[in-house]
Amino acid sequence: MPSPIIRIDTITKAYGPLTVLDGLSMEVMPGEKLALIGPSGSGKTTILRILMTLEKINGGHIEVEGQQLYHMEKAGGLVDADERHLQKMREKIGMVFQHFNLFPHKCVLDNITLAPMLTKGVARAVAEKRAMELLEMVGMADKAKSMPAQLSGGQKQRVAIARALALSPKIMLFDEVTSALDPELVEEVLNVMRKLAAETDMTMLLVTHEMGFAHDFADRVLFFDRGKIVEQGKPDDIFRNPKQERTQAFLRKIIAAGHRV
Amino acid sequence: MIDWSGYIALILDGAWVTIKLTIMGSALALVVAFAAGLGRMSRFFAVRTLATVYIEFFRGTSIFVQLFWVYFVLPFAGITLTPLQAGVLALGLNVGAYGAEVVRGAVRAIGREQHEACVALNLGRYHRMRYIILPQALPLMLPTFGNNAIELLKGTAVVSLISLSDMTFQAQVVRAQTGNTLVPFATILVLYFAMAWAISAGVRWLERRATRGLDGVRV
Repeated sequence: MPSPIIRIDTITKAYGPLTVLDGLSMEVMPGEKLALIGPSGSGKTTILRILMTLEKINGGHIEVEGQQLYHMEKAGGLVDADERHLQKMREKIGMVFQHFNLFPHKCVLDNITLAPMLTKGVARAVAEKRAMELLEMVGMADKAKSMPAQLSGGQKQRVAIARALALSPKIMLFDEVTSALDPELVEEVLNVMRKLAAETDMTMLLVTHEMGFAHDFADRVLFFDRGKIVEQGKPDDIFRNPKQERTQAFLRKIIAAGHRV
Repeated sequence: MIDWSGYIALILDGAWVTIKLTIMGSALALVVAFAAGLGRMSRFFAVRTLATVYIEFFRGTSIFVQLFWVYFVLPFAGITLTPLQAGVLALGLNVGAYGAEVVRGAVRAIGREQHEACVALNLGRYHRMRYIILPQALPLMLPTFGNNAIELLKGTAVVSLISLSDMTFQAQVVRAQTGNTLVPFATILVLYFAMAWAISAGVRWLERRATRGLDGVRV
């Protein structure tokens, strides 16, 4: 039995008086594809942001590959991680955002090569070769010299995925990556992710409102509500046969809103 | 009948002093603006405080007083500057204080999502600023930097107070010697305007360069 790649241990997160996560614990196995679903404000995006170190936690511990994410060992005890430790840990994790967050002043190719060159000292020629392979994979090789403003939303998101992959993370976080897209552009991004799931053994955490995709993509689905995991299990069990009242209510609402399950 | 050629040459000598002051003062102001503007956002309290004190002090006192301090008071502390050095220092520090706020405002205007993308790509603070934030903030700074440079150009006239023969000073000389006010002052009016126009044109050119490709137009 391999050990979990991510171990979240009773973490809490509050914004002022608003508690978003209250003693949450969960584990993710290497290579596992996880879908996090639930109503807005249920804390699912916050978990991804915490794993990417975009938000600090107020309590608890997180381990990634057996190493503390927000803490480091010093004189036998655990102290808060410094920037150097965080940088080392971030190498393991990549993230794709709802609004792409491409660098508007850099062409597609430079968007992808910048981080490997700066953070890992990869030579330009090597970085560009790898970037072109990734662009090929996401079907964007012909746009390597385009500026982000010249691309559609779906194209931007595919570039953003390639950009995150360029750092070869072990864990990829997808935060509502199709929510900002026009409906006809959703499928091209989902196709890239299907391919990615099939061709790599990366661990993937996906926050989504695309229930049909979550069903096909995930090994395990976690339903969140008010900062807690209400129910989790195999996609078929969660979507076809949810046990909890709140899961049933949520899925009914989603179906009523016209989403395919 | 007055022979104007000699007098116009005098004014042109002054114009050269004005140009030198403007260019060197602007260069100093630019350096100081970035140092203080970024310093004000530093994570170190001492750096933030130093930058804030500098900015508030130089915005809050007049260039006239600052110039007198630099030229007449600093020698008591053992620092003696030539009039040109004193002029450049006072103008650069004065305008740099305004520029610092421009730098800070423009950097602040770059959205949180750009910072978050940098964290996700593991870019450190320096790389983040150097390659992502500043290149996007620079086009936002340029129009106001242009304003500041023109303000500095017009501010150079105060240096005549510390015996530097800039354009305005020379015009006064010509007026005193010829008794004619219209010709020297019409001349410097045109010259100041031409210099300001050159600054505007230069900044517009820089703006076009800096924003190339950002609007989705193929480059």
